[in-house]
Amino acid sequence: MARAPSHPALADGAHPFPHAHLLGIAQLKPWEICFLLDEAEQWVELNRSASKHADRLAGLTQINAFFENSTRTLLSFEIAGKRLGADVVNLGVSGSSVKKGETLLDTALTLNAMHPDMIVIRHGSSGAVQLISEKVDCPVLNAGDGRHEHPTQALLDALTIRRRKGRIAGLKVAICGDILHSRVARSNFMLLGALGAEVRAVAPPTLLPAGLDGYCVESFTDMDAGLAGADVVMMLRLQTERMEGAYVPSPREYFRFYGLTEARLAKAAPDVLVMHPGPMNRGVEIDGAIADDIARSAVTEQVEMGVAVRMACLDVLTRRRRGVEGWA
Amino acid sequence: MSAAIAITGGRVVCPATGHDGIATILLKDRKIAGIGQAEPPSDAQIIDATGLVVAPGLIDAGVFRADTAAANAGGITRMILMPDQSPPLDDPALVAFAQGSGKPDVWVHPLAAATRGLRGEELAEIGLAQAAGAVGVATGRRAIADARVMQRLLAYAHGHGLVVVSHAEDVALTAGTVATEGEYATRLGLAAAPAFAEALAIIRDCRLAEATGARLHIRQVTTAEGLAAVRAARARGVDVTAGITPAHLLLNDMAVAGFRSFARLSPPLRCEADRLAVIEGVRDGTISILASGHDPQSQEDKRQPFADARAGMAGAETLLALGLGLVRDGVIDLPGLIALLSTNPARRFGLVAGTLQLGAPADLVVFDEAAPWRIDGDQFHGAGNTPFNGLPTAGRVRTTIKGGDVVWRA
Repeated sequence: MARAPSHPALADGAHPFPHAHLLGIAQLKPWEICFLLDEAEQWVELNRSASKHADRLAGLTQINAFFENSTRTLLSFEIAGKRLGADVVNLGVSGSSVKKGETLLDTALTLNAMHPDMIVIRHGSSGAVQLISEKVDCPVLNAGDGRHEHPTQALLDALTIRRRKGRIAGLKVAICGDILHSRVARSNFMLLGALGAEVRAVAPPTLLPAGLDGYCVESFTDMDAGLAGADVVMMLRLQTERMEGAYVPSPREYFRFYGLTEARLAKAAPDVLVMHPGPMNRGVEIDGAIADDIARSAVTEQVEMGVAVRMACLDVLTRRRRGVEGWA
Repeated sequence: MSAAIAITGGRVVCPATGHDGIATILLKDRKIAGIGQAEPPSDAQIIDATGLVVAPGLIDAGVFRADTAAANAGGITRMILMPDQSPPLDDPALVAFAQGSGKPDVWVHPLAAATRGLRGEELAEIGLAQAAGAVGVATGRRAIADARVMQRLLAYAHGHGLVVVSHAEDVALTAGTVATEGEYATRLGLAAAPAFAEALAIIRDCRLAEATGARLHIRQVTTAEGLAAVRAARARGVDVTAGITPAHLLLNDMAVAGFRSFARLSPPLRCEADRLAVIEGVRDGTISILASGHDPQSQEDKRQPFADARAGMAGAETLLALGLGLVRDGVIDLPGLIALLSTNPARRFGLVAGTLQLGAPADLVVFDEAAPWRIDGDQFHGAGNTPFNGLPTAGRVRTTIKGGDVVWRA
């Protein structure tokens, strides 16, 4: 199992994480991903302890700027910052009140003028977080941009898998559902592929994007075939407006062919791990009983790992400005 | 009456008349008055073009803004203006006004809006627009979705002898998309349409042109499949021509990596195989018009997340230099390039221009085909958003003459 950063480039004191921002998995090397996962382990322990508090980020200001609605990711980043002692401020901007564009860059400059030490951004347009990162002086963490990337989700998924399975390399991971519109799927394709998993995309043909070969991902439109022998099944949420005839005819037809049922799950490996980034549509993409089976379902564990992974990212990205030895 | 001008010592290239050789050109009374080896008259203003190329002024077929300063710097003496103005050119009075908008530096030839408000629903007054100076009609930035409207447009325009300029992207397939389907669009998470959305539109429009006898010009044909559709239609005798801009000749969809909104164009950039097919289309003559697609955007409209940025680039000032790249690469020869940039658009749109024959309007460009420079949007005379920023290139306009007046010297 890949625990310690073991790449030869690190042997003579190379930087374990030379990035100013966390914009996506695409920019990360495999050993940098492992480094973040290793860093997260300590925070899993802390979060399970009685005190649940550290002061590494004491005195630092963290702004969570969410230009798109979110409950769990925002909460997770807020808790992560607070557990590390940062002053966390949430800027909730609903899609309707902020028109995109110039306002977006102006908002970025305004935020920057308040001298934050880290900004966490979610935005509905692919590339928006990168655009903002070019305009501000502090680390930017991508909490989801359009259909592009959601790096902390992929990291928490990887941490969950690694803790449950002891490894990632060689596992068969089936990612099922609305791949076309999913940033979670894109980040996971790259992360799991980089760490040596055998990744499959399972979706109706209308929800499979073009060019998946470039990710070394195998595509399936038959759910049973896609699940055969899978060690991990990762279900994606299908938004209701996409099930009313636009991409699939109806929720019930979707569940019939792509819902995760006991019968279908029997095709996977006996010790299969079931995951879902949430929020779940029970009875549409996943049978409620499977989601609740703690032996197989890692859904709540994913939420737990989310806080730890985000603590690790906030810590690592601010090391330079905190003057941590070896990071200046 | 302007003073006589003699341009001496240059290589005169005019595909319309077949000239290609060192000669002196005499301009008088805003017209070409002589071409040959004779000594210029003593009272003529002499422009020494030794080592330079002298050609008919460029005719930019399909710009979105009549940017006179950019045109003059780019050697463009005539701009064929798209109807996508504010308001759209769907009224004869607006067409007449647009026609005068380049004075005194550039001739502007408007294309009338094919439909009212360019909405693709009801025919605009294209006959009256023609009387007001329109040299053709255009569907605008988008195709006309409704095949019946397109059919009637082609039939009606044919009755007036007007060429119809269409945008070849299937409306339904491309609605809401900003990229060409493929690995790069998927990696960037951009909404994408399949490249064959272009061929679908071309096949439909060519068939409708065939049924109505209309003259069709597809402003940009950017895919191998689209070019095949044009060739097939032409083989059946359909009167269809195809154009292109330098962007689709030189860039592929990798240029949008990093969400570079300057590379957000319409139609979107294609895959490498399509780019190579487009170059082949220029080589074999399927594509007969090279235009800048000049569509500059403000900083506010470009400094946006990719999908929210406006499509379009400033192209007038780089058209000639990037076109000369085709000559340097051996795709076409210099007269072939001048045909793409001047002779062919003049013929297609019925302009008395694009030629150096005696009596033709004195529109000329004098350029150094080898002068190296680096494209720098900040140095442009108009807006500077170009995906070619920083690209080293060669070919600089030295003199632009419009109607016998020197409007640009460098």
